[in-house]
Amino acid sequence: MIKKITSRYEFFVFMVIVIFSIIIGAINPNFFKLENIFDILQSYSLTGIFAIGMLIVLISGGIDLSFTAIATITGYTVAVLLLSRGTQLNIFVVFLLAAVMGTLLGMVNACIIYFFKIPPIIATIATQNVYYGLLTVITHGKWLYGFPSWFGAFVKLKVFNLTNANDVRYGLSIVTVIWFAVILLGWFILRKTVLGRSIYALGGNAASAQRAGFNILRLQLFVYGFMGLMAGIGSVIQALLVQTVAPNSLVGKELDVIAAVVLGGASLTGGVGTVLGTVLGVALMAIMSNGLTLMHVPSYWYKVVTGFIILASVAAGAWRRKATSNKKVIIEAE
Amino acid sequence: MADLFLKMSNVSKHYTGVTALDQVDFEIYQGEIHCLVGENGSGKSTLIKIISGNVQPDNGAQIEFEGQVLHGIHAIDAIHKGIDIIYQDLSLFPNLTVMENIALARYIAEGKRLVDWGELKEIATKAMARIDVSLPLEALVSDIPIADQQLVAICRALTRDVKLVIMDEPTASLTKKEVDSLFSVVLDMKKKGISTMFVSHKLNEVLEIADRVSVIRDGKMVGIFDPKELNDEKLTQLMTGKKLEYTPYVRGEVAQEPILEVCNLSARGLFQDISFKLFPGEILGITGLLGSGRTELALALFGVNLPDSGEIFFEGRPTHIRSIQQAIDLGIAFVPEDRLVQGLIMNQSVSKNLVVTTLDDLVDRFKLLDQRLIHDKIDRWVKDMSIKIPSVDSPVQTLSGGNQQRVVLTKWIATNPKVLILDGPTIGIDVAAKHAIHQIIRDLASTGIGIILISDEILEVCNNTNRLLVMHKGRLVKEFEMEHTTMDEIQETVDLTA
Repeated sequence: MIKKITSRYEFFVFMVIVIFSIIIGAINPNFFKLENIFDILQSYSLTGIFAIGMLIVLISGGIDLSFTAIATITGYTVAVLLLSRGTQLNIFVVFLLAAVMGTLLGMVNACIIYFFKIPPIIATIATQNVYYGLLTVITHGKWLYGFPSWFGAFVKLKVFNLTNANDVRYGLSIVTVIWFAVILLGWFILRKTVLGRSIYALGGNAASAQRAGFNILRLQLFVYGFMGLMAGIGSVIQALLVQTVAPNSLVGKELDVIAAVVLGGASLTGGVGTVLGTVLGVALMAIMSNGLTLMHVPSYWYKVVTGFIILASVAAGAWRRKATSNKKVIIEAE
Repeated sequence: MADLFLKMSNVSKHYTGVTALDQVDFEIYQGEIHCLVGENGSGKSTLIKIISGNVQPDNGAQIEFEGQVLHGIHAIDAIHKGIDIIYQDLSLFPNLTVMENIALARYIAEGKRLVDWGELKEIATKAMARIDVSLPLEALVSDIPIADQQLVAICRALTRDVKLVIMDEPTASLTKKEVDSLFSVVLDMKKKGISTMFVSHKLNEVLEIADRVSVIRDGKMVGIFDPKELNDEKLTQLMTGKKLEYTPYVRGEVAQEPILEVCNLSARGLFQDISFKLFPGEILGITGLLGSGRTELALALFGVNLPDSGEIFFEGRPTHIRSIQQAIDLGIAFVPEDRLVQGLIMNQSVSKNLVVTTLDDLVDRFKLLDQRLIHDKIDRWVKDMSIKIPSVDSPVQTLSGGNQQRVVLTKWIATNPKVLILDGPTIGIDVAAKHAIHQIIRDLASTGIGIILISDEILEVCNNTNRLLVMHKGRLVKEFEMEHTTMDEIQETVDLTA
């Protein structure tokens, strides 16, 4: 049983996190303060939510590079509405609107991929360009801010209200709670539903899935629709956190998200990956960047270190796979 | 005998300009083990596709299921009638557990939305119990041997009320022992009234347990036979329409000096204490079960597996072969077991596949590729090896197995090797093509090349080698001079290692 746990890739990521935490904590004890942990959780909720969507896409054997563009479009649309008729809206309507819009845009990807048999990476690079391009043409890159006060108030909601030594109030952000809910949802879908297991099957062997009578179109609509849903929800969270919507604020974010998911053990070739691993992957990225800040490392180094960590962990994963496959061919030569 | 499960008569299928099936009759009884044999392209697969409803026959076909006349079969009818096909690739999900592979399809068929892992396990356990096998339910399918994967596919079929299981080339990648356990499963199904249809282009063990054998050739049914009246020779003749003769290989010139000598070679975990000599003009066979270390040994001679101890002498000089490049430079060529993955670039053209091993020699004085030289060479190779292709630009994947294997052979022969190692050179190709490949191998040996022929088909090594090594668990267990030995003797030795 213990061996079963320690031999899992997730355990390996977990140990890396533990070691990093000990090092960072030894250098700057502030790292372990609850205030800092809540802070990390809030600032990585967005990445975490995107990552759950990306995980499901990767498991299905696909990839989506357009979700940041989808999030930008939904975020911008929501922002325009907030500015024009902010008094008639409330936070639930805003989330619902963004969710529906994101899901539909995600499903567009699914249709392109399914009906034109275009590889997902090409299809979503194309839609990413179309979405970003259209948005820039229409908005001329204008930033939007000055949202209604209720919109600013919502993000200040905390689950535990605590006060630090300087009398500053802190707590677990509502945004983090949304992330946790998404984690649970992702776990439930992947582990407890036939749909989720079918997505694994599709990613493991698409030809067999078709022969076994799976409805591939339905699966892909779900997979990319769910990614779009995460993009929609994420866009509102981004707007809540920074209270500004810019057409370029999420550009390039998709690669960070994919890196975190892959770091968490998902395979770019499909069929492999867990929610736990993805959460750990995001946590590792979060702790690293926070740790570098706490250790007063200049922020330029952040990307260098991230790159090396991804390289090291993916190499370790590949090496482990090779070791296990070698073990399979070794015969008993006494 | 029991009642007829399926009776088809006057089944034809014409594609534009091609006759795939021509007025074929076919029948199978309840609980019958029926073997359908034919060469590649004989119409076997069209017939299975019609039975499974994936292809519709031409008008005029008569189909009866359990006495009930149907005008055509659609895929969904076939499923309702209890027909299940296990394709050669097994169509499993390697990343899912055994129990999910067994039970998931039924879950989906029943339209369930939530996974009850306990119930999943129960379905899988029940399916296993029906044929009295035990598989590790929690293991990933990619982690279990291919023979067990096949049982997973069978169990998956048994989760439904299956009446006919069609298995496409079921024994192609199994060892003798695994084939035996597959057969006991099939006999078990027979007792429960489930019919099994083996589809094969191999003259193999399947005959042992078949009740009847249907032979198909060029889209026509040659006839239904009792396997007791058939032997390999007769079946070959029925399948190909030709009489193929086997004569043992006799080495022509007898050279004194070995071209390759291996002394006490060991590689930890792969093979141990291997010694043998290979003379020019010899065909040296190596046989043994899958996992006996035969392929690992061959890879060591080709610079892939590095030995820990022992010596290799090439043309009398001690040599360490540390890389593939070095092996090629010495004059060693290797045709791998799995030509689809290792031997060929499937989606590239025949010509590109042919030249990859000799690109360095096909350059002009500026060290650029000499297109005219390449063109001439390819033309000559294709003619010499009689590779049948519409054009040298056709992708290799469009060729038949036999022609693919010729392409692999040719590309290595082009390097003018002194030693040619062939690992399972005729796996998955039909009888006539096999015979032709054997002839090529003999011709090559007679030019003075030393050939190592690795195969687990005893018949193949017996008829085409002059010396044979038997390996087991990484060691050499016996050496045979083919002139002074019989096939039974060899079979016995190999069976003892099983």
